[in-house]
Amino acid sequence: MYCNQPPEKPGNKKELLEKITNMARANSLWVTAYGTGCGSIELRPLGTSRFDMERFGIAMRPTPRQADVLIISGYLATKTLKRVIRVYEQIQDPKYIIALGSCTINGGMYFDSYNTLNVLDKYLPVDVYVMGCMPRPEAIIDGFSLLMQKIKDGRAHGWKHYKENLDYYRENQKKIITDWDLPDYNW
Amino acid sequence: MFANFSSIALTILGALTWGLLLGGISRSVTARIHGRMGPRVTQNFIDLWKLFRKTSSIHHGGMFWMAPMFRITGAICVLIMVPLVVGQNITYNMSFAGDVFLLIYIMFFGCLGMALGAGNSGHPYAVIAVSRGLAQMSSYELSFSIAVVAIAVGLHTFKIEGIVAAQQAGITSWNIFRFPFASAGALLAFLPMQMAYPFGIVLAPQEIPIGPPTEYSSRMLSFMFSGRALFGVAKLILFVSLLFGGASSWLGLFVKTFLLYMYPVVVSSVFPRFRTEQSIRFLWFIPTTLALVDLVRVML
Repeated sequence: MYCNQPPEKPGNKKELLEKITNMARANSLWVTAYGTGCGSIELRPLGTSRFDMERFGIAMRPTPRQADVLIISGYLATKTLKRVIRVYEQIQDPKYIIALGSCTINGGMYFDSYNTLNVLDKYLPVDVYVMGCMPRPEAIIDGFSLLMQKIKDGRAHGWKHYKENLDYYRENQKKIITDWDLPDYNW
Repeated sequence: MFANFSSIALTILGALTWGLLLGGISRSVTARIHGRMGPRVTQNFIDLWKLFRKTSSIHHGGMFWMAPMFRITGAICVLIMVPLVVGQNITYNMSFAGDVFLLIYIMFFGCLGMALGAGNSGHPYAVIAVSRGLAQMSSYELSFSIAVVAIAVGLHTFKIEGIVAAQQAGITSWNIFRFPFASAGALLAFLPMQMAYPFGIVLAPQEIPIGPPTEYSSRMLSFMFSGRALFGVAKLILFVSLLFGGASSWLGLFVKTFLLYMYPVVVSSVFPRFRTEQSIRFLWFIPTTLALVDLVRVML
């Protein structure tokens, strides 16, 4: 038995380009300025002189068109889900989601509420969870550094997973949004 | 011919690098004024590369795609029509091709293309910002044009080369000293040109988030960033040539453009924003009157 294919050369040009781009992506995270829940109050101090997120290249953008990161800041109400889907799908690839607080992980203190989602990654692909109720700005920065490391290592593939498994996500989303009137995909 | 083309290519590349670096430095300076550390000075290069490599699936018609090209074209035309270093003929590029009025027209052309593209995107914030921007532009263009006319009439030349050559007899021959009122008018018009506060009504983050480029993303946004960096440097070199005697060496060029760039950055950091009508009223009265004083003085 022998292999008739030439071995793939590690570190070819395309891989190198992707690595350089991943370094740039990790050091230039633009966040959609959209607060979905109570946790967005903890995002504001990140811009101040005490925490200063800009030193990591993190900046707020007022439009999803220019953003890379969507932060689900705390509980996500069933009514808000439709808007969040629209915002997430309008962000251009590659894009990442950071989920803040216990509510996004298992519902937190709203675990038995009729209008709050319990497990966020059934509906949207989460790259990093930051636990706490609510996480302090230090914890959010820690979450960002985790995301930056994932991007540098080329492991932040939530957006690819979402596109590959769109049927699964849509099925779950439609269980919550009963008056579904969104297009197939929000460009 | 080849030397000329390579000089133009190097001018564009150098201006882009200098413009992005100046942007990074201004972000750091603003952060220090806020009491923050701020981003690294190379942050704009990182942002640009990231944007360039993002995918884009947004389409809003032909003008939407052409707008950043208009802006870049306008910036490049201004850049290559101004001599960079006095005495080094290779850096004069295409400065033989037009006079100051052509430059003012091309500067307007780039912004107009941008306005058409942003209008084509259909986003309400972009349209509001475009109407504000054009209203403000017609206000500061007035004072800037009158200041340029005053200088040109005073020096008996409309050629940018001639204006630079007339300022080579020492620091007192700089137009800022020979035409102080026109220079003050032009420098006040420079603030809205750089979208600095208190004239930052076009981007106005608290009212019409980000303004014209609301719908732009990915590669298109990276072109717009590049256009803005190029345009910024082109305007700096134009102002250095018009008011500050041009640059007699490369070091002089970098020092003068750097100091001139810091002027709107520092002013911007400490001022709140005008409302649209306040901005336009100010630009119609104060800088225009100042420029007119020198024009009348020169005519008499």
